[in-house]
Amino acid sequence: MKENNNTLVKLENTGVQVDKKWLVKGVSFEVQRGKIVTLIGPNGSGKTTTAKLALGILKNIEGKVYKFTDKIGYVPQKISIDWTLPLRVSDFMLLTENLKNNEIDTALDLTGVKHLKNNDLRNLSGGEFQRVLIARAIAKKPDLLVLDEPVQGVDFKGEIALYELIKKISEKLGCGILLISHDLHVVMSATDYVVCLNGHVCCSGTPQAVANDSKYKELFGDRASTILSVYEHDHDHTHSTDGSIETKK
Amino acid sequence: MFDDFFIRALAAGLGLAFVTGPLGCFVIWRRLSFFAGTLAHSALLGVTLAFSFDINISFSVLLVSSAIALILLRLQKTTKLPGDALLGLLAHSSLAIGLVVIGFLSYIRFDIMGLLFGDILAVNKKDLLVIWFGGAIILLILKIIWKPLFASTVNYELAEAEGMQPEKVNIIFTILMAAIIAISIKMVGILLITGMLIIPAAMARNLANNPQQMVVLSIIGGILAVLVGLFSSMQFNSASGPSIITAALLLFILSFLKINKLRQLKK
Repeated sequence: MKENNNTLVKLENTGVQVDKKWLVKGVSFEVQRGKIVTLIGPNGSGKTTTAKLALGILKNIEGKVYKFTDKIGYVPQKISIDWTLPLRVSDFMLLTENLKNNEIDTALDLTGVKHLKNNDLRNLSGGEFQRVLIARAIAKKPDLLVLDEPVQGVDFKGEIALYELIKKISEKLGCGILLISHDLHVVMSATDYVVCLNGHVCCSGTPQAVANDSKYKELFGDRASTILSVYEHDHDHTHSTDGSIETKK
Repeated sequence: MFDDFFIRALAAGLGLAFVTGPLGCFVIWRRLSFFAGTLAHSALLGVTLAFSFDINISFSVLLVSSAIALILLRLQKTTKLPGDALLGLLAHSSLAIGLVVIGFLSYIRFDIMGLLFGDILAVNKKDLLVIWFGGAIILLILKIIWKPLFASTVNYELAEAEGMQPEKVNIIFTILMAAIIAISIKMVGILLITGMLIIPAAMARNLANNPQQMVVLSIIGGILAVLVGLFSSMQFNSASGPSIITAALLLFILSFLKINKLRQLKK
């Protein structure tokens, strides 16, 4: 990957450890304007941690993170909001950006929750809240969108529509997207660059290249290999359940 | 007009209500009630140091409370003790040190009751200036940092990710808390300032459905508490500071009853 002025965020050999255990280690990639980069990997493989590294949320990290923009929209995987706060959807939309009323309406309309604008945030269902989170992130017209499993809890029809919306927005705004997703169909069809994680970068490249990588098949099993054809070659390591790597003899 | 002690007390109390309203909302939202109490306890040490070194009381309290607050922020990161234990540790040790120092200053006659509960009726014109000017500065700074502070209150990681610098605004907010305690200690005292911060905001929470509304209601609640408290203290010859807090409590209870009535009506 060559650095140019389209780069929005760049990770160089980054890692972070908690209580002497590495959550992720040696992660390098960059997100460029107009490109969608996806992180995939099993549970506990460090996808969310890597996203937080890129966002600069985690401190005391190994390696270097270069952030070239502060105009970022973030949809976290988990968000806990203290209900001692009286908060309507419209207040939440204004959290980090001053938006005009019609900008709020447009964004909520795009994710299909305009009718909830004056509702109390805590009375939303999981899927509705997720749509509000996405609307908030895109309403500020960010340079970089970081979406951590953005469609969790959204119904099947909405899921497809939201992924289409995300793709459309990246084209329209020309922003870069860092996406974490479990939906390999979406990842493989709509992404420019895939980083396959399992505590470290297992493999990375275009969806085609990753799908053809034996380590990808090993991580995701045979089902995943039906998405794009995979060819076999010798593995040099296997992954145990705690994420450590055993080298085959 | 400010020659009458009662007018001065009203002006001081109303000035205080304007500042404790919005700050109190953040105290409730961020679950800082005990934190506010700790800062107030440490104010006693500030007062005694002011007498020891012959410096301005408000200034000394601001310094000591800010120092305690920053020590706390540091300790929270470096020790494994839970937050409430750290607060208790700092609150009571600073209170104890303050009392020990008072013991050594035997050449000064201390009005301990005045320190603990304040004496709003003894506010002079200079105090009024401190309250109104200091309060205006606190409100101005709060307005400037409102957006990042609110964002980091709702969700710290989101605020950090989207460039709101939550750590920086947290420190500024902490110093604002120390400042309000510094300018109000003479009026309501160490033990009651936390009540002035929390109770009107708690009342507002019962009635509000968005943050701006809660701030406005909290200010109105504080103003009503000051008016009702001061006039009733004149009427019944009761202690003025405690009367203000009692009036705030009554307002809170009223707001609670109103909520329950509304719920019943909805059913």
